[in-house]
Amino acid sequence: MNRARTADLKPAAPPRGAAGTMPSTRVRRSPARRMRDAGWGLVAVLVFAVFVFPVYWMLNTSFLPNNRIRGEEISFFPMPDVFTLDNYRSAMFSQERAPFPPAVVNSLSATFITLVVCLVIGFVASIALTRFTFKGRRTFIILILVIQMIPGEAMIISLYRIIDGWALINTIIGLSLVYVAGVLPFTIWTLRGFVAGVPKELEEAAMVDGCSPAGAFWRVTFPLLAPGLVATGIFAFINAWNDFVLALVIMQRPDTMTLTLWLRTFLMVTQATNWGAVMAAAVLVAIPAVIFFLIVQGRMSGGLVAGAVKG
Amino acid sequence: MSSLVTEPVAPPAPAPPARPRQRRRFPTVPWLMLSASILILGVVTGYPVARMLIMSFQEYERAQVMGMPAEWVGLDNYVAILTDSGFWAVLGRSIVFMVVAVTLTMVFGTLIALLMMRLGKKMRLLVAVGLLLAWSMPPLSSTTIWGWIFDTEYGLVNNLLTRITGERWFGHSWLLDPLGFFTILTFIIVWGAIPFVAFTMYAGLSQIPGEVLEAAQLDGAGPFARFRLVMLPYVRTIVTVLIVLSMIWDLKVFPQVYALQDIGGDREKTNTIGVYIYQMGMGQGHFGTASAIAFVFVAIMLLLSVYYVRRTIKEEEL
Repeated sequence: MNRARTADLKPAAPPRGAAGTMPSTRVRRSPARRMRDAGWGLVAVLVFAVFVFPVYWMLNTSFLPNNRIRGEEISFFPMPDVFTLDNYRSAMFSQERAPFPPAVVNSLSATFITLVVCLVIGFVASIALTRFTFKGRRTFIILILVIQMIPGEAMIISLYRIIDGWALINTIIGLSLVYVAGVLPFTIWTLRGFVAGVPKELEEAAMVDGCSPAGAFWRVTFPLLAPGLVATGIFAFINAWNDFVLALVIMQRPDTMTLTLWLRTFLMVTQATNWGAVMAAAVLVAIPAVIFFLIVQGRMSGGLVAGAVKG
Repeated sequence: MSSLVTEPVAPPAPAPPARPRQRRRFPTVPWLMLSASILILGVVTGYPVARMLIMSFQEYERAQVMGMPAEWVGLDNYVAILTDSGFWAVLGRSIVFMVVAVTLTMVFGTLIALLMMRLGKKMRLLVAVGLLLAWSMPPLSSTTIWGWIFDTEYGLVNNLLTRITGERWFGHSWLLDPLGFFTILTFIIVWGAIPFVAFTMYAGLSQIPGEVLEAAQLDGAGPFARFRLVMLPYVRTIVTVLIVLSMIWDLKVFPQVYALQDIGGDREKTNTIGVYIYQMGMGQGHFGTASAIAFVFVAIMLLLSVYYVRRTIKEEEL
């Protein structure tokens, strides 16, 4: 499972960095100092360029006609006179390729099922792990942490045999089941942090005011958890959406492909690779992931750091 | 769901050594709430792991998939892989790649974090935007992009090289040569992995009190000494965790390798361990052998993550 780079999402990292904690080395701005700042600014622009360039190049190519892509002249911008959407048309509707619409439907359904199931089950589990103390709780949490470390890449063989045994190969249900298992530990882990972040005293106060325990939870704690649920859900979405390995094993027919498998079919015929269409396809796969990622990025890093720097 | 609030803690048993007389009620509600998770993780994670272990001790080939009973062969599969030079080549290749990628990721990630410390707000935002964009790319999309940049016929790199050197680079395949293949793979992985390291390092470094750094500066410590003697000790745990996580991620790299092989790599010479398992099992139908490799792989991963897991347990005060 592709949970890799998000393994460390943690709830509500306290706002840091940007505001007050910068080392206050700025004393007076001498000309030499200003020169140095300009130098660092230049390096910053360079770093920006290195990271943005591949993405820009993908977009650029996707809007260029074939004769520009294959010309010896390098086209750095899809000027209005050459700008074209043909690559997108070709990627989505060409008869020679694996069909696009079912791939979208497959990706969306598997992703959506994963998201909903993980959120519901993970949420209930996270409440059990934070609002109750019972024997085995600690063990369960550690187990979740360890399970997260088992690479999905190692599981493909036995997963294939098992899903095949249940006659769920090439089905959305089979794929979603595998995705849920892959994303659930992470969901539980993250939601546990979010729920623990809401003090129980708030609920108790509501109960003093006459709420039932369940009522106190739904009216007080749940609304406070909404952002955490959204963030966790989006991460479940991105993980399932970006997955390649498990889909490769379970979805083996052209009509059951997910979008990542569909994108891969573009690469397989080396000699005739139509790079304009390939880049358009890459853009189509990336758009949802990028948008959702940017929504939750604020919660990404920092989790590792919370409490790790001790003076 | 009648009582969502913690049940009152049972009073301490009067006689410490003996078992508490009064049997505690089984905590039905929380376990009920965990049952769905346990069911799913048990059936779709626990069972496959067990199945993998079982298959690794069996002769399990295509015939067994068709319904032939699988024969127990003891440690034969393990002996087979451990005496197979192909397996060691794959493992060695994966480890060398991992070491190179992790080193580059850590070095450049840290440098960018240090750069961000020096920058003003606007420039820092610029760098952050670039990093986020790279970070958010799905692995398969980014592999495709880099594959296009290094394309044999029309790729940007060959085009530019032709212009700069005056020699004809069109038609030069970067992927066919394993060294070129892994260079491009390193580009893809490191490009995608730096943002996480840079942001995390930045978050850690910016928590170091400014006075400490100033004091060091006044005492005459140069930038390098300040980094090594002042900053690094502060962020030592973060660095270690980042290294461990990066090692795990770079060791199990799959889609990037697989897609690059599609574009034009020599599969035999460029397999990393994840792709090797796939090809051994799904490709050639040696499910037993593939399971043995997978089990070795899981063991390596769990061994690597011991530090991370232990530190997390400590930090979360579980």
